[in-house]
Amino acid sequence: MSDISGHNFHTTFYHWLKRRGRTLVISVPFWWLIVFFLAPFLVVLKISFAEAIIAQPPYSQLLTFAEDGVVQLKLFISNYGYLLDDSLYISAYWSSIKIAFVSTLITLLVAYPMAYYIARSPSHRRNILLMLIVLPFWTSFLLRVYAWIGILKTNGIINNVLMWLGIIDEPFVMLQTNFAVYVGIVYTYLPFMVLPLFTNLVKLDESLLEASSDLGAGSLTTFLKITLPLSIPGIIAGSMLVFIPVVGEFVIPALLGGPSTLMIGQVLWNEFFSNRDWPVASAVAIVMLVLLVVPIMLLRNAQNASNEEGA
Amino acid sequence: MKKSLSFASVATFLGFVFLYAPIVSLIIFSFNKSKLVTVWAGFSTKWYVKLFQDPQILAAAWVSLKVAFISASLAIVLGTLAAYVLVRFRRFVGKNLLSGMISAPLVMPDVIIGLSLLLLFISMKSFFGWPAERGMVTIIIAHTTFCMAYVAVVVQSRLSNMDQSLEEAALDLGAKPVRVFFDITLPVIAPALVSGWLLSFTLSLDDLVIASFVTGPGATTLPIVIFSKVRLGVSPDINALATIIILVVAAGVLIAATKMKPKKGH
Repeated sequence: MSDISGHNFHTTFYHWLKRRGRTLVISVPFWWLIVFFLAPFLVVLKISFAEAIIAQPPYSQLLTFAEDGVVQLKLFISNYGYLLDDSLYISAYWSSIKIAFVSTLITLLVAYPMAYYIARSPSHRRNILLMLIVLPFWTSFLLRVYAWIGILKTNGIINNVLMWLGIIDEPFVMLQTNFAVYVGIVYTYLPFMVLPLFTNLVKLDESLLEASSDLGAGSLTTFLKITLPLSIPGIIAGSMLVFIPVVGEFVIPALLGGPSTLMIGQVLWNEFFSNRDWPVASAVAIVMLVLLVVPIMLLRNAQNASNEEGA
Repeated sequence: MKKSLSFASVATFLGFVFLYAPIVSLIIFSFNKSKLVTVWAGFSTKWYVKLFQDPQILAAAWVSLKVAFISASLAIVLGTLAAYVLVRFRRFVGKNLLSGMISAPLVMPDVIIGLSLLLLFISMKSFFGWPAERGMVTIIIAHTTFCMAYVAVVVQSRLSNMDQSLEEAALDLGAKPVRVFFDITLPVIAPALVSGWLLSFTLSLDDLVIASFVTGPGATTLPIVIFSKVRLGVSPDINALATIIILVVAAGVLIAATKMKPKKGH
């Protein structure tokens, strides 16, 4: 008898521990992200409604406690008004979105044939090629952007080679232009585009392609009618993985761009570090987040779709 | 078919040239005698000597290595927990929120993460008096947060491809879930943990923007020093530094890849 009740106690305790353990295992990463990822956005939102003052920290408190026990809530929406008034911000947002859009398109055009080729390679070669795609991603991003300075500058590698070959007499000005920014973006974000495209294209059923060519379709028709439509989830996922971070990119325009390059990541950086206007910097960040909500939703949908397909 | 593949193969070849030419040029010109980074003037290793005599770079490298080691190790634990919970637990309150929060740092622009964490740390300081000073600890917290997202992605894909019958069998035979995790799940996902750790380590070692926001006067990381030097123009000792980093990382990745191969066939 005692043996059975002992066993019962043991199993109840075990189940209790199991449930507790489950909650514990869930809550550690959950609360870490709540505190260090989600809560910070609320702080940014709060400070975007504060007033810049000369103090430490340099912003006003939203809630003030007056002597008679009245709590005052002061929201300064002037920071957002400021973003609308000064044409710098609107043109910086617009130009960031434009640069991100164009470079995403170029990255897609460069990445698609690569992903297609790798997906159609025999498996031993496929692994090596994939490794070669990922390897640059492991080496310093900052230093790979830096490498382009030496290649693109006026007395850099490209100009030296072209002048040595006698193709040009005067060096091209490439560094500190939007052209250099595009090169830098396509270069650093290429793996982010190739990988989701590859994951999608490798699942493509080859019998569809065979059927299409048996029925007399040319390779271009087959591509446009079968391969391309089926790879749309991969295209969306890859494009969003490039587009979203590029909108807020700081390092590439800072190192490769020139005075005419205007990107919102740089504006935020300067607002924060040079002007020390934290409320305006926060408002810039909040507006950027709002602009990125739709692309982030698109990415999540594309990723969920491909996960369900895989399962 | 044939034609489209041959076009794709040429494009792939050019794509790889595009990916690797800058890296190769960095390495070649790190051995250049001339201070002009792009004009070849003969072989020399003097920039390496200069690099190792630069106390600012050495100190920053040491800070960065410590930060990267601790952040990667914390990120592995937190990222693996998150991945395990998301793949193995069917339903729980906040599952959608967790999966959103774990994937968002992958695409969130660095300036937003950096600014928001800094403002959080400052608010925390005025509420709880912690962190009293920003520096290594705040950088480690920031890096752990975005690295755990990368770890979670890598581990999630390994976990969902894993054959679950072994875990189920062990549970049926009465093994405790914790024991099943350490004895069965962990060895199977070990390669993902290794690559997740390496990835976190290099991402942490590489981060300029977030560290610039959340650091304090005490802790200057390597990317912060590199960025301030590079902004003034090219300097060959940075090429030397780049070459060392690239070779070490490439060696690490290749060793990890070859070490993990036999296990896969197993």
